[in-house]
Amino acid sequence: MATAAERKKLFGHAENNYLNCTKGIKSWMFTVDHKRIGVMYLIGVTTALFLAGVFALVLRSQLWSYDNTLLTDKMYNQMFTLHGAVMVFAFIIPSIPAALGNFVLPMMLGAKDVAFPRLNLASFYLWIFGTGFLLFAILSGKGLDTGWTFYTPYSIRTDTGVIYATFGAFILGFSSIFTGLNFLVTVNTMRAPGQGWFKMPLFLWGLYSTSIIQVLATPVLGITLLLLIAEKTMHIGIFDPKYGGDPVLFQHFFWFYSHPAVYIMILPGMGVISELIAVYSQKKVFGYSFIAFSSVAIALLGFLVWGHHMFTSGQSVVVTLIFSAITFTVAIPSAVKVFNWLATMYKGSIALTTPMCYALSFIFLFGIGGLTGLFLGALSTDIHLHDTYFVVAHFHFVMVGGTLTALLGGVFHWWPKMFGRMYNDMLGRVSCLLVFLGFNLTFFPQFVMGARGMPRRYASYDPEFQIFHQWSTIGAFVLGVGILLGFGVLVYAAFKGPKISGNPFGAASLEWQSSSPPDFHNFIHKPILCDPYDFGALVYDEELDTYIHREFMEPSEQPEMEPEPQVH
Amino acid sequence: MNLFGTPMLAQSDIPMPESAKVHSGSYWFPDQASAFAPNYDFLYMAILWISVVFFALIVGFMIYFCIKYRRREGVGPEPSSSHNTAIEIFWSVIPSIILVWIFYAGARDYFDMRVPFDDAEEIYVTANQFNWKFVYPDGDVSKELHLVVNRPVKLIMQSEDVLHGMFIPAFRQKMDIVPGRYTYAYLAPNRVGEYRLACTEYCGEGHSRMRTICQVHTTEEDRKNTTKWENEKHVGWVNGERLFSINCSGCHSIDGGVKTGPALNTIWGEKEKLIGGEEIMVDENYVRESILEPNAKIVEGYGPVSKMNSFQGKLNDKEIGYLIDYIRYLKEPDKFPGRDAQAEPTTATAEEAGTAKPEKPAETENSIDTKTEDQDN
Repeated sequence: MATAAERKKLFGHAENNYLNCTKGIKSWMFTVDHKRIGVMYLIGVTTALFLAGVFALVLRSQLWSYDNTLLTDKMYNQMFTLHGAVMVFAFIIPSIPAALGNFVLPMMLGAKDVAFPRLNLASFYLWIFGTGFLLFAILSGKGLDTGWTFYTPYSIRTDTGVIYATFGAFILGFSSIFTGLNFLVTVNTMRAPGQGWFKMPLFLWGLYSTSIIQVLATPVLGITLLLLIAEKTMHIGIFDPKYGGDPVLFQHFFWFYSHPAVYIMILPGMGVISELIAVYSQKKVFGYSFIAFSSVAIALLGFLVWGHHMFTSGQSVVVTLIFSAITFTVAIPSAVKVFNWLATMYKGSIALTTPMCYALSFIFLFGIGGLTGLFLGALSTDIHLHDTYFVVAHFHFVMVGGTLTALLGGVFHWWPKMFGRMYNDMLGRVSCLLVFLGFNLTFFPQFVMGARGMPRRYASYDPEFQIFHQWSTIGAFVLGVGILLGFGVLVYAAFKGPKISGNPFGAASLEWQSSSPPDFHNFIHKPILCDPYDFGALVYDEELDTYIHREFMEPSEQPEMEPEPQVH
Repeated sequence: MNLFGTPMLAQSDIPMPESAKVHSGSYWFPDQASAFAPNYDFLYMAILWISVVFFALIVGFMIYFCIKYRRREGVGPEPSSSHNTAIEIFWSVIPSIILVWIFYAGARDYFDMRVPFDDAEEIYVTANQFNWKFVYPDGDVSKELHLVVNRPVKLIMQSEDVLHGMFIPAFRQKMDIVPGRYTYAYLAPNRVGEYRLACTEYCGEGHSRMRTICQVHTTEEDRKNTTKWENEKHVGWVNGERLFSINCSGCHSIDGGVKTGPALNTIWGEKEKLIGGEEIMVDENYVRESILEPNAKIVEGYGPVSKMNSFQGKLNDKEIGYLIDYIRYLKEPDKFPGRDAQAEPTTATAEEAGTAKPEKPAETENSIDTKTEDQDN
């Protein structure tokens, strides 16, 4: 119970908040506040996204014509390598966990910060250094032309900046491990009193599963990259047959990390979508425990399927068969999540706001991305489709159509919480539409040309594929405009948008029981623990134009008690 | 023009199969030219339709719910269950059963493509940056893959440098080529024609130029006529041209264009600037040394370490002589005998023969029936 004045202080728009409690560049550089680190990560990964996005547009421009006109073969190879490496290591892996997760995770637990705030800041600085090394490969004038996979023996023999880039990826790996470790400990030890595992929002299950992978798989990448550097500098025979090594061994090591890394990229995205669908349908998530366990199942099964990247690599027929079989088992938990999201919408009260539009386009695009995975999991079809544009389209549907869409949806969802200001919802939806249309136009033609035999990583190609490439290039620019528009809408909102109170969307998880933007200490009061999807517990406060937990209202102000609107 | 309005190909240095200029596959598929292709196409379409059904259901329900349960003023969510074990098990088990079938079908067809044929003809494939070389049981060598229709083939593949991939879309067959070991691929061509063969494992700068064709012939004789090559019949530079196209053309142009290595059309007799500032005259000894020890003298701009593999043990002295002839011919074609000239049984010098039969190279470029020319435009 609280008076109107107290409610305004607790849940209104806060003039004094984590953004302005201390001032000056140093107060940001040396902050250990998870919210500020989250915001800095968001700025960082956005920069990486723009950089790698520009590389992508250069690539697409080159591919407008079948016989390269814009770039030399060498420049094209460097461009697609940097696009992939920056996108994967500097953008998509840290995007949702380190940026959104950092901001939201402790608040969802009702905690003041993560378990190891300094480690958290260290993780951000490692991200800066790692990305710096990655980019130094360009600035040094040597470039990088191995593909983001650094496949041996080419990476050992090329004279481009492989050592800088692999060292950068090595450092970024530690950044990722630090974040993962921090989240694991935080979730295990700092849940609010009474908040059992099954009272956590599903986003946390996604982040927790992600963290398991980050902590267990990333060291393998680190070791592999160090071995690569050792072989390149000292000619120790590990991966290059010239020195007595085996190039397929590198592929095993690399994919032992990089396949689980695919789930580092998608699991947090799925977690975000679970939140968005529930909040904007105002419905308790259907099959909570199935979704929660499917995250863990995907994380664990993800460790056992790396060999499906190597069906044509020369590994034995039996091994190939086993990997194909296990690969199909990952499809089930992914499908279960999609069905559960749909069931959550059933009989809901669905508001097609910007975050919900992104969530719906996630289901659409991830649906295509997931289903096309069936073609690649099946052995005979994979043999033909392997290393063609079909694969390129498939993983972009999952990584961009999935993760990037989820990131955008999540950023739109939590933006008012981060900055206390509302964005223009109509323009937000327009950005979503542009992203959706542009994305499909970019990548759908790639399925067709891939199935017809267009190999990937080609600077020039057979003219019959030109029309598909041209559609794809147009789509890429539309996609770029959509993302830029979304970016503009958000940045404008952060500075000039109308001020907004604590919980404008009627979300029931704990991070919304705070002012917007939150106080430096996250919560001034003791948050009231309730089920994260118990939307019936919220009442609308007209004065603040926001949703507040029933117990904070004066009895006289409480609307007549309705029967619990949901059956649990 | 094909179905999709693609402009016709201008000349390119990649060999273009006639049949591929006009696309003759279906929307999703390239040509079917292999016994494996119908199985692949069937499974692909089966998965496609399964996916379409599931996708239509998902998106259909999504749109329906968005309309039917859209937020209305004063109307909250309707009560409904948030958990139903029966339905959750149902929608886990049904897809599982379908997945088991897809796995089975994929594995079954995969075995067909990987289990050795008893009666297969063995063709050795050597891939390097950025050339293909195919060696047939009778010792013939070619830059394109030549097969006989309905004769199963086992490709025994090796790489001289980095990873490559052998991909023939019309055959639905693909296999990586791994340095330091042999890999195998089985082909079952069942339709005469020319099809694309491409490298699908990224191998460096010229990766996208590492395309050639696979020609399926009607009879063994047709194939033999295409692949046979009798050194003795030809003058030195024509042999050199063939060796060049098989071994060197991936990295060296003959039209001055920039590739991984220097262009070789005008270098004979010129002074080349080496790394370190030294200059060297391009003569027989320099060319021979560069072929056998690429790192001995590196032209400025192509270092610090040569990207070329040594041809020590791969080319003999006679063949290096042919290549030298060819490089000289490129600079001064008028001094050499024409393509159709018979090699002198004795060791007459090229200059003497050249004065007898001068011929311009431009007219002869297109008359090679071996298709080993490297048209670099």
